[in-house]
Parts: sequence; structure tokens; C-alpha cells
Amino acid sequence: MRIDGKGLIDRTKPVRFRFDGKDYAGYKGDTLASALLANDVRLIGRSFKYHRPRGVLTAGSEEPNALVEVLGPKNQTPNVRATVQEVFEGLVTQSQNRLGSLRFDLLAVNDYLSPFLSAGFYYKTFMWPRAFWEGLYEPIIRRAAGLGSLSGKHDEGVYEKAFAFCDVLVIGSGPAGLMAALTAGQAGADVILAEESHQIGGRLLSDGGMIGGMSAGDWVASVVAELTAMPNVRIMTRTAVTGAYDHGTYGALERVGLHKPARPNLPRECFWRIVAPHAVLATGALERPIAFENNDRPGIMMASAVRTYLNRYGVSPGKRVAVFANTDAARGVARDLMAAGVQVAAIIDPRPDASAVEDCPVHLGAEVVGSRGRLGLTGIQVRKGGETFEIETDCLAMSGGWNPTLHLTCHMNGRPRWDAELAAFVPMDGAVPGLVAVGAANGSMSTHGALATGHAAALKMALALGRKVSIDLPEAEDAPYGLKPVWAVEGKGRAWLDFANDVTTKDVKLAAQEGFRSVEHMKRYTTQGMAPDQGKSSNVSALAVLADATGRGIPETGTTTFRPPYVPVSIAAMGAGGRGEGFAPQRFLTSDQASRDRGAPMIEAGLWYRPSYFPKPGEKTWREACDREVMMVRQAVGVADVSTLGKIDIQGKDAGRFLDFVYTNTFSTLPVGRVRYGLMLREDGLVLDDGTSARLGADHYLMTTTTAAAGLVMRHLDFVHQAFCADWQVRFISATEAWAQFAIAGPKARELVNSFLEAPVDLPFMGVAPVRIGGVDGRLFRISFSGEEGYEVAVPTRFGEALFRDLLARAETMGGGPYGMEALNVLRIEKGFITHAEIHGRITAHDIGMEKMVSAKKDCIGKAAAQRPGMWGPEREQLVGLKAADTISAGAHLFVPGMEIHRETDQGYVTSVGWSPTVGAWLGLGFLKDGRARVGERIRLVDHLRGLDVICEVCHPVFHDPEGEKLRA
Amino acid sequence: MPELIAKSALEGFSAQHLAGATLAEAEVGPITSVAVYPDGAKALAKGLKSIGLTFPAPNAFIEKKGTRIVWNGRDQAFLTGVVPPTLEGAAVSDQTDGWAVLALGGPGAVDVLARLVPLDLRLSAFPVGRVVRAPVNHMNAVILRTGDYAFEVMVFRSMARTAWHEFEAAMQALAARAAMKS
Repeated sequence: MRIDGKGLIDRTKPVRFRFDGKDYAGYKGDTLASALLANDVRLIGRSFKYHRPRGVLTAGSEEPNALVEVLGPKNQTPNVRATVQEVFEGLVTQSQNRLGSLRFDLLAVNDYLSPFLSAGFYYKTFMWPRAFWEGLYEPIIRRAAGLGSLSGKHDEGVYEKAFAFCDVLVIGSGPAGLMAALTAGQAGADVILAEESHQIGGRLLSDGGMIGGMSAGDWVASVVAELTAMPNVRIMTRTAVTGAYDHGTYGALERVGLHKPARPNLPRECFWRIVAPHAVLATGALERPIAFENNDRPGIMMASAVRTYLNRYGVSPGKRVAVFANTDAARGVARDLMAAGVQVAAIIDPRPDASAVEDCPVHLGAEVVGSRGRLGLTGIQVRKGGETFEIETDCLAMSGGWNPTLHLTCHMNGRPRWDAELAAFVPMDGAVPGLVAVGAANGSMSTHGALATGHAAALKMALALGRKVSIDLPEAEDAPYGLKPVWAVEGKGRAWLDFANDVTTKDVKLAAQEGFRSVEHMKRYTTQGMAPDQGKSSNVSALAVLADATGRGIPETGTTTFRPPYVPVSIAAMGAGGRGEGFAPQRFLTSDQASRDRGAPMIEAGLWYRPSYFPKPGEKTWREACDREVMMVRQAVGVADVSTLGKIDIQGKDAGRFLDFVYTNTFSTLPVGRVRYGLMLREDGLVLDDGTSARLGADHYLMTTTTAAAGLVMRHLDFVHQAFCADWQVRFISATEAWAQFAIAGPKARELVNSFLEAPVDLPFMGVAPVRIGGVDGRLFRISFSGEEGYEVAVPTRFGEALFRDLLARAETMGGGPYGMEALNVLRIEKGFITHAEIHGRITAHDIGMEKMVSAKKDCIGKAAAQRPGMWGPEREQLVGLKAADTISAGAHLFVPGMEIHRETDQGYVTSVGWSPTVGAWLGLGFLKDGRARVGERIRLVDHLRGLDVICEVCHPVFHDPEGEKLRA
Repeated sequence: MPELIAKSALEGFSAQHLAGATLAEAEVGPITSVAVYPDGAKALAKGLKSIGLTFPAPNAFIEKKGTRIVWNGRDQAFLTGVVPPTLEGAAVSDQTDGWAVLALGGPGAVDVLARLVPLDLRLSAFPVGRVVRAPVNHMNAVILRTGDYAFEVMVFRSMARTAWHEFEAAMQALAARAAMKS
């Protein structure tokens, strides 16, 4: 129920939202949890395994119970913590993990089956028959035990990722964090203050009190005003720091637009990478529940949460509240409730020596041993001495003490230290370099302790940054903590430790009994701490129970490892912008639009988009277009954009020497104005790439690489240069993007070329010359990848589109036109030219019949390694051509006809195929054991994937113009 | 004779003004790679002196009357805005058409860059005259701080559209954030 006059919500801004199909009213500043509690909705979800009715346990991001689905126009977000999600006009939410309605969940039958569903039940119950696991057991278990569901659609929401840098990162904005931010900010350091909630102030917003003579709220407001006015301080609300990584890098998740209706371009979340040499961990502490029988009913919640709902949201989660707590601090909850006019039924305090002076009944040395109320708490059983009695209550505020929120200090494998006084783990100093824990996160539980440690840490950091500051520490309470640890109350029934994964004290004891005594084993056996909340409320209590069950102390038992992220992070935020086409940059050719104008389907090759084929009216399949384009090149002239090939400009007195070193063959002897085909090996002797290099001047070469290996070759050259010959007079740079280059191939190629040059050139095969085209300086190469007379003309990229369109127009008047990747592939298969389909990384020069290209007169990269035994010889698979009447496929394997088909009889494989309209057969390139000696043999091609089984003829790889008369014409 | 019309990398993309930032294609004139040979520094210095420049220190660029020499890698710099004079002691290679240059300006520019570049480009950490080779999301780029609130980003020309899209998307998100607050 809502309490008049309390809370920091904006009562002038009412909002309507929906939960499970019903509309409710709340206020701006409410979370879904506070607004539902204000509407007396206590049942919010069903538990993971037993489908027990569950309500709100906490008021923060640690919430294990109140997980809901948020339904957007385009998204369905599961496992949203109602304690974190702010309400806004039009918010639509629903409960999850139920079959039927939330009140009558059919899967609640699991609760009655609980004796069979104890820890390890998967391993014990579903072992037999084995085949039933995938088909039967797993789907049933997945349906029954689960959390929220996904829509099954792509998440088309906008997400953002961003980077930030600062001198001091302050994590948390309670008294410790604010004091640290203020101190570092006044010192002039670049400060980022990250707060996971939407309001600054941390526990001061919930607990009140006095700081420096003013109310905590006023002090927070004054500090916020001061920080806001500092240009060197950046306040980031709704930002949870999720992980600590190397070199002072922190991950953080900002909820940018999740508290508003979706708007175009507004990110839902932003994943930040924040780099800070200094960080202050001021994350406070998390209150821990006490395990007692049926302690998981809606209405039983953390004492601090009750206080937060009251003071921050103006909501009392109950009309008659009971308090079960073992600290003095928790008494404040009862006092605040009474001051607000809420009845407090009783305070149950296990400490026999605590104060009994309160304005309500106080039971010292007493414990809560049970509860009732199926869908919401109606009463509790209290045991005092040997006596048990009932107390009527609809809300039990429980507190078993506090655990410092030290998770981030463990992200680089640091282990926390047990502090017996606090009965809690505290961080080890220096566990994350540069990160200093202060306040309650470091076990300083009082407000004074928080202010003082935050102040001191920031002063040290300012000093390290070479800055000075003088700032007074405001007065604040410094009350002792006064805790007597109570982890679990003795009893027969199930007492919950991990609410999110339905782990009870019995499960932990069973784990210990069955030999899972290590805390890491217990965790995995019981699944304690493995839910979305990562056991924030249950880890320490569970290991205390384990310690007890195994007769060890807590320090010997140890703790499980906290790993990032601290709160769940959506993959969409981490991969922001990377969906669909955002996955990788797109590289577009200058001919792109002209190709698309002609209806060419574009395919991606090394991030480039290249035309597949150019359909003509009446052509029904890609093959028809491809066949036509092949014959067009063979009979007239074709034009293709080959700008994607890597171009590396190499200069210097040692340029030739360098090429001799990286290529197997010799380039230093190449005359100026000539081009040579070259083969490049890796250091291990296998083929890296092939291509041509042209000598443009005495000390100037232009290397061409394949499209796929352009980056790889550049990297290889850099490596060779830096590692082996850094002192040589050679420099190189990629020029791939600087030139648009077009292949012109076919019997009419020369005629076409001469039609657009300012002055015709008579270029020999493998020649290069500077040319002028319409006043533009370009280069003309006479090279061929098709087997026809071929040229490649290059102009500066800005002229590419104009030249391409001009070339097409000219070609078309000569019976030619553009050809795409499909035709280009068929043409080169007909000619037996290799691509990276053949030189795929396991191929030697010998395998492709190019062993003679490895010069005997000089050394080169990979030469020694290529001469190792096993790198050549008849036992290796060698490049052959294949010819067949029927469809064949790349990826098929080759076998001797009549032999059995299995791995051991495999004779080789096929790398490239295509229908050759020139030859009138299916042609392929492949690798066959001792293949060159087997030309003329018949071989059986089997492709199990595509169901092909074809007899082929083994051929020499060059089918078209084997003497090379056409390209030399 | 063909009439070859030149097209810039981002022909048809008009300047965007959003979230306190302006995105536009920049025209920087000729771009020439100058890579010093071992022992070539002296000879190169002589040639550069003729246009009032010296070879820049790592991560720096030097500007004189619209002409810049931009450090670009080990022993390598880009001379921009001028047809290079005869330079000895270095490999000289035309890169004009290899790059698309995006100008990002305005007080919001740093925030836009912070969405795409994982480096510390705070105005205090990345002063005018500084240059870095850094990734812009998945693209290799050269980023210059050319003025108080002015940056230039060079990317491979073929990726210009992707770069434009990524900057524009970052600006749209920032504008939507700003609109949410108001």
C-alpha cells in the first residue's frame, strides 16, 4: 500500500502500466516492484524448479525472485528484474515460468514432487534408458524448469556500445562513493561516477539519517549539485559496472531507454568499456536472508528492501509487518514503519542480549521457524525457548546481516578474506590493480566509516595523480554493527537459500553427504548461485551451511569464484551494431551501382560485393547467364571489375631483391614494362598466394595478390621485411583502393582497348605501359585470367564508375558486355588457373605442378621447408582436371572405380567445378594421389552430401587453348 | 574518347548535423605516401623543407597553409593537400584515391568518436596536431584532431559508406538520448 507523504517518487506524474493483462497505476520514479507492491500485488512469479509462488525479495539488482517479461512492440525481454525496471506510461509486463495463470500454475505439481527433485536429480533419475534423454526427459525438464521465454524473433532494438576514459572511476553513489567522487572531483581529476540505480544516493535514499548537520537527502542533493557543476565529473546513472578487466578496464551496462517507451534511434542499452587507472569500489553491501522453513513466500522480504520501499517509494509492502533480524541496524526498519503509521507486529531477534526497548513487541532469543499463506504471507511461527507461537503478519522483514558487495575485486582471480567480526567476506587489498574498496563494500558499515574511507581513498588517488585537495569530512553516525550470525534456523521442512534456483539447506547438506564437500562441487551439484542473480543473496549463507555440514569453519570452506558480469548483460548490448549487415564493413566497387542497375545479384568476397552474373531478359537461371557470358568472352569481349585484387606498390633499390626473397621465382631480372606470374610460399613451405608483379620502373614494382589474400600478403611482406631485412632499401604500401581496375578479355579485347586510349599501344603478352584515357593517367596491363587475349586497365578510383560504364557501352557495340564472378570462375577452370579454392593452405608448389617455379639459383621464404620429405612426390595429391558428362561438385571425393567407398580408399577431392559451354562438359579441378601420372584414367567422384556418384575422366588441368596461343595472339 | 567524370567516395551524401556534431565528406586534395628509406632522412628533409615541412614525429602531423604531413606508421607519412615536390630519400606513392576522408566536427564530435573508437580521444588526451591509427568499429582508420572541435577520419575508400553509416548511427543515437532528456 502507498504511504502518504513518503518517498522520492513524483506524485505529480502518474503512469499506467500492465502486469499479466491487468492495468495498474504507479508514479514516475517507481520500479515495477514498488508499483506492484503499492497496488498490493505480492505474487509476481513462480520459482525455477518447484514453481512455488514468489514475490519481491529485494529492492535492487540482486533480486532473485521477481523476474518478469517486458513486452515491447518489437521485443520480448525475459528475466527482467521488477526491482530494476522503472515503470513508464504503457509499460507491458507479464509473469514467467508458469503453465496456466500465475495463481494456478499447473506446474506447481513439481512442488509436491520435491522429494524426487533434490540436488543432483538429473544425474540420478534420468540415466536410463539413455536414448530417452534427448527425446523425452530434456524437453520436459526444459519446459518445466526455466525462466522467461524469448519471442523467437530477431531483436531489432537499437543498442549502443561506447568507450570512456577517466582518472578515477567511482562505482556506487552511496555515502562512500559520493564522498570519493566529491574529493576526486574537487582535486580536479576526471571522474566518472557510475550508479546502477536511476537516482544518486545509494542507501542514504533508503535509510535517511544526518550528515554534516543536514538530512541525508539534503546532503545527497547538495553533493549532486556540486558534482554536476564540475566539468571534470560525469555522473552516469542507470549504469551498473559489470566487470573488472586487465589494465584498468571496466565493463558497464547502461540502461539508456528501458525506462521509456521505445523511440526511433534511442538505444535500449549501452555497453561501456571504461578505462581508469584508479577506481573506487563503493558498492555497499547486500543483505542476506535467513534460511527457515518456507521462507520463500510472497511477503517475506529483506528488511533493507522494506525500508527502501517505504522511504524511497512511499510503499509499505504490508499492513502488519514483522521483523526477523540479528543486527541493530535492522531495528531502523521497524522504527521507520511505525513512524509512517504502519503496524509492526513484532521484532524477532535471535540475540538474547539485544535491546528490547522498541514501540512494538520484541522477542529476544527467538527465531522464525515457519510461515503460512499459499500465495502470500499470512502468518509466521516463532520459537522462543522451547515454546512456539504464531504471529499474524502479511510482511516479514528479515535480515541475517550483510555481505560486502565485493564481486568486482574477485574478477581477476582475487579471493576475499573472511572477517569473523563482521561474519562476512571482505575484499583483499590490491586484488584488482588500481581498485580500492571503501565503505560497506570493504566492511566499514557505518555512515561515518563510509564517508571516511571514501574520502581517504580519493585523497590517495588525487595524490597519485599529482593533485592536491583539502576537503572536510562531514559528521555522521558511527554506530557499531552488533551482529550475531544466524544462517539457518533448525527445522524439518525446506528452508530456502537460493531463491532463484530453488536450492534449500537440505540440498546443500545432501551434497555434503554425497561427497561434494568442496564449495565449487556443492555449487555445481546443487546449482546454488548459478541462476541469473549469480547467488548474490545466497552464496555466503550456502557455504556457511556447507561449512556446518562438513564440520569445517567458513574460512576453510572458502567461497566460490565471482566472475563477470556482476549483473546480467544482454548480448545485444555487447554486440551493439553488429547485427546483420553491421557484422563487418562492406566494401563497394566503383562499378557497384552500374552492376546493380543491370540486375546483377551481388555476392560477398573478402568483404567486397561483386556481381555474380548479369541476367538478360528471358534468362531463367543463373546458368543461362553464366554460359552466355563465358561464350561472350570466348567469342567477342567481356568486361569485369577486378579492382578487388590486392595491389601493393613496392619501391626502392632493393625492391627486386625483396621480391626475389618472397616469391619462389626471380623478379630482379624482369625488364621494366613487363609483368611476371609469381608464386609465394609461407615459411612452412606451403603455397601462400599467387599473382603477378609488374615492373613499372628500375626501382618500382606493383604486386598483385588474390582478393582473398590481399591483407594476408601485406601482413606477410611486413613480417618478412621487419624480421629478416629491415635494413634493405625497400618500402611498400597497399594501393588496392587507389585504383579501379577492369579486365577486358576476348578476341576483340585489343579492338576495345584501342578504342578508348588516347594513343594506341602495342603491348606484348605480359607487358605493362602507362596510358592516357580521356585526359586521365592510367595503366594498361596485358594479362589474362580467362585464357583469351586479355588486358587490365587501371585508373584512379574516382574515375572508376565512369570508365566502367563507358567500357560496357563500347563492349556492347562489339557483341560483348560485362561478365560476373560465375563466368570468371568457369573461364579460369577451363584454362586450369588456380584460385584459393586450390591453394587452400595445405598445398605445395609440387602439388600444383609448379615445382619448377621454385628457383634453384636463389633462396626464398619457404624454400627450405618445401624440400622436406613428404612435401612432394607421388604419394601426395596433385592437381588434375576432371571431365564428366553429368553434374559434379566441389567438395566431392575421388575413388578408384570398383573399390569400396570409405576413408581409407580416398584418392583425393574436388576443389572447383563448372559447366563449360566451351568444352560442352562438366569440368573440375581437384587433387588426386599421384594425379599427373594418372591422366586418362577414369575415376569415381562421390559426394555423399549432395548424393552424387559420377565417373570422371582425369585430365590435364588446362582444357582450353593448352598451348596459350590465344592469350599471346 | 571516353569522358571520365570523377566521383568522390561519398558522392551524394550530404552533411549531417545531429547531436552537436557535423559529419561531412572532406576534400583534402592529393594524398601522397612518403616512406623514408634507411639513411634517407637527410635527403627527404631537404625536399620537405622546400614546402616548409619536416617529417613528423610518431602520432603527430604538421600543417602549413593547407598542406599537411601526417605521421602514418613507422617511417611513413602522408603528405596531403599538395602535389608533392621532388622528394629524395623516400618511396613516394600516390594514395589520393585510396582513402575517403570524413570530417567530424562540433562539440558533440568526441562523444560520437567514443561510440566507435576504443582510444582515449578526450580533448585533454588528444590535442590538436595529434594523429592515431585506430579502429573505427571494424575498420582501420587514421584519425586526426585538426581543430578545437574538429576531427578528420580517413578510412579505406571502399568502406566509406560503412564508415558514414556508423558515424551517422552513433549521431542518431546521441540525438535520441538528448531528446529523451529534454
